[in-house]
This record gives sequence, C-alpha cells and structure tokens, in this order.
Amino acid sequence: MTDQGIGARVKRKEDKRFTTGHGKYTDDVRMENQAYAAFVRSPFAHAEIKGIDKSAAEAMEGVIAVLTGPELVADGIGNIICGWAVTSKDGSPMNMGAWSALATEKVRYVGDAAAVVIAESDAIARRAAEAVEVDYAELPAVAVASKALAAGAPQIHDNAPGNLIYDWEIGDEAATDAALAGAAHVTEMEITNNRLAPNPMEPRSAVATYDPIEEHYTLYTTSQNPHVARLVLSAFYQVAPENKLRVVAPDVGGGFGSKIYIYPEEITCLWASMKTGRSVKWTSDRSEAFMTDAHGRDHVTTAKLGFDADNRIVGFKVDTIANFGAYMSLFSSAVPTYLYATLLSGQYDIANIHCNVRAVYTNTVPVDAYRGAGRPEACYLVERMMETAARELGVEPTELRRANFIREFPHQTPVIMAYDAGDFEANLDQALAAADVAGFAARKAESAKRGVLRGLGFSSYIEACGIAPSAAVGSLGAGVGLWESAEVRVNAVGTIEVLTGSHSHGQGHETAFAQVVADRFDLPLDSISIVHGDTDTVQMGMGTYGSRSGAVGLSAIVKALDKVEAKVKKIAAHVLEASEDDIVIEGGQVKVAGTDKAMGWHEVGLSAYTAHNLPEGMEPGLKETAFYDPANFTFPAGTYICEVEVDPETGVTKIERFTCSDDFGTIINPMIVEGQVHGGVAQGIGQAMLEQVVYDDDGQLITGSYMDYTMPRADDVPFYDVHHASTTCPNNPLGIKGCGEAGAIGTPPAVINAITDAIGTNDLAMPATPQAVWSALQASGKSMAAE
Amino acid sequence: MKSEKAAKRREVREDQMTNVTMTVNGKSVSRNVPDETLLSEFLREELRLTGTHVGCDTSQCGACTVHVNGKSVKSCTTLAVALDGAEVTTIEGVANGELHPMQVAFNDNHGLQCGFCTPGMIMAGIDMVNRYKASGQELTADAIRHELEGNICRCTGYHNIVKSIQDAAAKM
Repeated sequence: MTDQGIGARVKRKEDKRFTTGHGKYTDDVRMENQAYAAFVRSPFAHAEIKGIDKSAAEAMEGVIAVLTGPELVADGIGNIICGWAVTSKDGSPMNMGAWSALATEKVRYVGDAAAVVIAESDAIARRAAEAVEVDYAELPAVAVASKALAAGAPQIHDNAPGNLIYDWEIGDEAATDAALAGAAHVTEMEITNNRLAPNPMEPRSAVATYDPIEEHYTLYTTSQNPHVARLVLSAFYQVAPENKLRVVAPDVGGGFGSKIYIYPEEITCLWASMKTGRSVKWTSDRSEAFMTDAHGRDHVTTAKLGFDADNRIVGFKVDTIANFGAYMSLFSSAVPTYLYATLLSGQYDIANIHCNVRAVYTNTVPVDAYRGAGRPEACYLVERMMETAARELGVEPTELRRANFIREFPHQTPVIMAYDAGDFEANLDQALAAADVAGFAARKAESAKRGVLRGLGFSSYIEACGIAPSAAVGSLGAGVGLWESAEVRVNAVGTIEVLTGSHSHGQGHETAFAQVVADRFDLPLDSISIVHGDTDTVQMGMGTYGSRSGAVGLSAIVKALDKVEAKVKKIAAHVLEASEDDIVIEGGQVKVAGTDKAMGWHEVGLSAYTAHNLPEGMEPGLKETAFYDPANFTFPAGTYICEVEVDPETGVTKIERFTCSDDFGTIINPMIVEGQVHGGVAQGIGQAMLEQVVYDDDGQLITGSYMDYTMPRADDVPFYDVHHASTTCPNNPLGIKGCGEAGAIGTPPAVINAITDAIGTNDLAMPATPQAVWSALQASGKSMAAE
Repeated sequence: MKSEKAAKRREVREDQMTNVTMTVNGKSVSRNVPDETLLSEFLREELRLTGTHVGCDTSQCGACTVHVNGKSVKSCTTLAVALDGAEVTTIEGVANGELHPMQVAFNDNHGLQCGFCTPGMIMAGIDMVNRYKASGQELTADAIRHELEGNICRCTGYHNIVKSIQDAAAKM
C-alpha cells in the first residue's frame, strides 16, 4: 500500500476540522458554571510588594474572588521549578530562585502576576484586575545579561549572588588554548543571538475545573506535553495527586517550545477553581503573550576558531553569557549547556573544543527552549565563524567546510555527542547544484548593472534530535526520562486506535503516524485513528518537542506494532493450522504463505476478542503497549544556501533564492516534512531579518505587540527549494532523524552570511533590518563602492 | 436614512445593552449584548461559532477574518452592535453542501499545520480571489503575498498557503 504507507505524500486526515472551523482549541472549551480569570500584572520590572488592597475590586458586581500569592503559598502550592540540574564548574549546584505562581514579596519582570481576579465574565475580570491596588516599591532593574553580572547590579534573587545561576564549562580548556596558540590563523568574533518571542498563533489558554465530591481536577490547556504537565503539577506544585488530575491538551495552535512549560496561569486556574468552586478559564491575549510566554535565545558569545596552515580546524574556544530572565523556566538550564555547547563541533572534525557558559538572571520574561533550543545558537556561531574564516583565509566558504567535514561515522566529538551517521558532502553538493551556485557570478553581475548588491551565504548545520536516552540525560541532570510510549489497540472489527504520548500541535501526527501503521499491516488509512493529548486516555508520555515525535514517538509505536504482529501471527497460525513463520500479513488478510489458506484481518481481531479458539494459554484481546527509550540522539544535518539582493540606497534586502538539502533519515510523509522545513526556514528568516524582543534600560518591554515585534509575513519570505539527501539513522527502528527544527537552526547563518557577502562587511548583527544593513554599509564605507 | 442611523448610533458604554440582529451563515440571529461586544466575541461566545479565532489584540494577525456583506473584515475590531442588519459569513458557513474550493485547496496543498490561522486565511483567500476575478486582474503569487499582509501564520512559512490560494483561484 505504497500510496498510503511510508514515503507517501498523503493529504492530512486532520485538515477537515481545521478548514471548516471545527477544530477544538482550549479557548473553544466552555464548561458549565464557568468563571473567568484576569491577572494583576506588575507594571514594574523589579519591585517590592508592600501591600495589596483588594477591596475596590471585590466590591465590583460580578467579581467572585481576588486571590494573592500569600494565599496560594498558604494552601501549599509549590514553587515553579527548573527540571534539569546543571552544576557549575566549581561543583556547586545551580542557584535557583523561588518562583511562586503568584508573587509573594517581590515582582521581578513586567508582567509578573501579583494577584488574580475571578469573575463572572472576562470583561468584568479584566476591569476588576485594574481596580486591584498593589502598593509597589520600585527597585532598580536590569534587562541585559552582561550588565546583570556587573558589580553593583540590582540583586534579583537572594540565593543567586551577582545574578549568576551557574558558571559551567565543557571540554578541555588547556588543550584548546594550546591548540589556538599554535594555530596558523585564528578567527575571532563576538556574536549576539537575538532574543525572540515564540508567538504560536494560538495564545495560551487554560480551563480548570474542580470536583469537590471526587476531589478531582480537570485541566484543559495549550500544552505540547499534557502528561509532563500533570506530572509537574502533581509532584512539584502539589496541586493534586496524579490520579486526581486529568490534563487535556486538545487541538493546540502551534507551540515551538513555548507550550512545553507549566506556567503560573495554569497553576493559578487550578487552585482558583478549588477556591471558588467554579470552572476557571483564562485565555492570554497577544500582549499578555509577549509579556509572559517564555522567550527564546538571548546569548552573547565571544569565540576563537583556530586553523593550521592547511586550513584544518585545530581548536574552538567559546565563552557565552545566557540571559535566563527573572526565573528559571522548566528546561531553561539545559538550553545553553547540553543543547548548545554539545553541538559546537558542527559538521567538522575538531579535536579541541572548550566552552564556558554563564547563566544569568535579569528582570525580563523567563527564557527557555524555542524551536531549535540551543542548536540555533550553536549553528549560528559555528557557521558564521566558518564563513568569516573563509573570507579571512581567502578560500571558498564551501571548500573550507569540505576540508573540515567529518567523513567517518560513528564520530565522537570532544563535547559529548557521538554522531551516528551522515554524509555532509552529499547535502552540500545537492544544495550547490539545486541553488545553481555555478550561475551566481552571472546573476551578481546582472544585479550590479541595476545598482544592487547580490550575495550568497552558506550554512552547513547539524543538530541533535530524538531527545533522548533517559540514562544519558539523567546523568547530565535531567529530572525526567525522555522515552516515549504507545499503545496499539486492534478492535474486534479490525480497526485500529493508536494511543501515543507524542502530541501534535501542527505536525500532522494523525496522518503520518497512521501511515506507519497502514504500511506495516497493509490496511486502509481510514481504519486507523491516532489518539493523543489526554491523560485519561493515553497511558503516559513525554510529549512533543526537540523534533522527537518521529524518532522517539514513532519508535514506540513500532515496538507496539511488533508485539501486535507477533500475536496476530500466533492466532492466525493456530486457527489456520500452520506455522507462525509461514504467516504473512497483506491486502487486508492474514495468510499462510504459498497456500490459499487465509483469514481476514478483521477475523483475527474477532478471534482475539471472542476468544473461542485461541492458542493454549493466550490472553484474549489484541492490544499492546510499548515504551521506547532511544539509544542515542539523532543527528539531522544539511546545507542551506541563501541568495539575497541588497539595495545599497535603503538597506532593503530581498531573499531571491533559499535552497535546502536536509538529511532527516527516513521520511514518512514528504509533504509534511517539507512543510516543517518551510515553517522552520521562515522562523529562521524572521530571526535573521525581522524579529527582536526589546527591553529598555528599566526592563520595560518595548516590543509588546504585533505593532512593534515584526513577525514574518507572506511578502517577507520567498518560496523555498527543499531537497533531501538522506542517510538512515542506525539507532531507531524506522531510521528517522527528525525534521521539526532544522529550518530554524540552519537558516539564520545562511541569511546573514549572504547579506554580509553582498555588503562586503562582517559587522552585521541580527536582525538585519534595512536600517541595520544600511548602517553596516555606511560604517564600512562600502556603500560608496557600490554606487 | 441619515437621521435613522444617527439615532441608532450611541455611545459605547460598558454596561449598556443593545439588541442586534444580523444574518450569520444564512440564518437570522438576534441577541441583546453589551455595546462593547466585538463581532469576534459575538460569534464565539454568543453564537458559539468558535471557528473564528482571535490571535492578537491589535488587528494584525487576521485569524478572526470573516465576511461582512461579502467583504473580508477583521471581526476583532468590529463592534457587533454596529452590524445590525448585516450579512456575516464565518468559516463555518463557507462550505455549501460540499467543501469550498479554497478549503479543498488548503488540504490539497498542505496549506495548514496547526490550523489556528487557517479560518482567517481561507476567508481572506476567498475574498482576494473574488476581488481579483471581479476586477479582471491576475492574482499572481506576488499579489497573494501582498494581499496576505494582514494574515500571519507561524507554521507554514506561507509557501503552501500561497500555493493553496493560487490553486483555489484556478478552480473558483
């Protein structure tokens, strides 16, 4: 059934409800007896709470309750935690400051919630929130990480002296220093990875309901990982024991990492539903999203990349400061360490790498994983330095890469990761051909005739997906295992439900996962349903992030399918009086190979459930569960080529061509995979040219709406030319590597390398807005040369 | 007519209720709502037509796009009480027995991922194709990109949305 199986461009099964307006998102949920929450948010980046006067708000008609932090703490609701312990190089644990869902003594960023109003309508709740009088004593604030580390900076958490969360290192510093000292050429750069707001189009939302008779909570929420939410809400925040808490993540309108975390609002809604005896709903508006959704990136790095006389890399030394915002979000600590520094070898054979990372509190929104999470920062650093080094050395950027590519696998880097498979040159060559790089010089000459500058930029990225082998991440400080689970239920009539711990918020699991089942048992796609997103139906799961659903989630499904197949063959062999080894499954039938003996697929299901004639000792039923724990990370890689035209008069830059060659391993549905690349590339272009979260010196958020924060729009981006040159991942049953983040990882350096190639100066930071490009041209004096 | 309109016009106040009657997806509906009620709220909360989504609060993202008297309008910046007598079509009213060509095209071309911006994209797409067809202009890919200025998608990178609208335009 190749038209519906692995590799087929099957149209998505889930689209009908979305194209007809019948998707069911959290904000579409309305409970009986539903009340509405509005948060009282700090207008200051840093302030003491001297007192809260609720009286005016409480007196308003329709107000049910006004609740504050001390009440929440008194009810035993625990602090929000970071779930990955990172140890400083001196052996000390990370300095995690307390984060209460509602602030108690201090607010630490603009938007930090000091109280919540529960009211009969959303409008009343919002008006009443404005009537809550919080007596703030404003404190000095700091928004920039390097300034937060400076002597005399405002102290944000008492237990993090100097605002330092950890000072961590990886690699051999002495060996790296020695290698750089002996290098024939050293490229040095300071690189900023700009702060971004994830901006899934669906704002976060939560609807919490408490049943006082059963002492049971139900939470509908915009989550990428409802089981993790339940685990954390139960084990750490003490909202309710797991068996008394159901978390449902229905249709979720994008996540990009920002919906991994369990935020103050969900905790508060659950607690408030118990306090008020009402269902409590909160839906973020976009302004609130900019103020409260975890931001991404915000690294400042200085680095040295050394080469020998043959242009081979001899050492790479990196020093990074990472802005964590005002509190440590759930996986924040892992992003600039195990998801960043471990990828600094890029696609290159580098013997000596050392990276030091300082994580820092500031008076800004917490920062955590955003599409790519650490790998975009690593890739941007490595690939900008490679391109810059090539310019300094006077060699073709692609040739410098080729000279340093890793060519034998497995390859152990000096920074933990062991790359299992790849063919970096195949991706580079495919991209070079597809992008018609050979014809670039002619196109550049033609552009010059029109007075515009044309540039070409490369990026050969690698990343780590399939997060992750549980024991390995456990040894690195992770508080959870990162396996995935699946349950395959073959019904008595032969239809199949697959329950998965992965969660789809745009990735098309209902189609791609069904394709794997259809492929395995040669069954029609319509007879297979994928179930996810509800802790009451799915046994357990770790959710979807880090491009893990294919490599880890599907692997669990395959393991469960293995068990189903074994049982199906046993039943059929028994009924058909044949050997199990001779049973084949095809065309909706279970057959004895080489004979005309067969039973329908549905008859096997029926046999399993009637149990009238099963092999001796076999349990009735046809339902199997599997947990899959990956053996290694997976390593998607590829080369992206960006071609731009820059108008030197205005700095306006247009992407003329964007070419991708990716190695994602086995591809289940090319249509969906290409869509993932498209979206990732657009987010990468957004980071490179448009997006930037801006705080002023007092910690006021300047980019608080779509009027100020530039989202990529349709006329900002080109059509993308997407190709694949794949090797198979040897470490999971389907050979999948993952495709969800590559675009966001590989794109920014390709864009900036192209623009800097066009304008002839390396001194350009993201986002390369027209003003930034024009200013770089003016500063370099190259604008005159262009005229 | 003019004085009648003036008489109907009243100050928008938080506590003031007004009766509004409009035709939504071919059915006449009448509700008494606070003057501050936005069309998006009216559709979602009063009529429970939750296919119209709200993705921002500055009239930028376009997820809330519906048709009012045949033209695409952002329902988050339109007051319900201002639309007395209007004809409104939402994403739920687009399919007429069978799916609209624009809905089919979004499925055929993988023009959606999370689906949240999709209703607004489809409503904007239909309006765009209708306008270009009426004026005899060619709806090029560049024109589609320009026309989509008011609709933001974070998932698709727009590539397949542009293809979807091109495809539907050929079939409408």
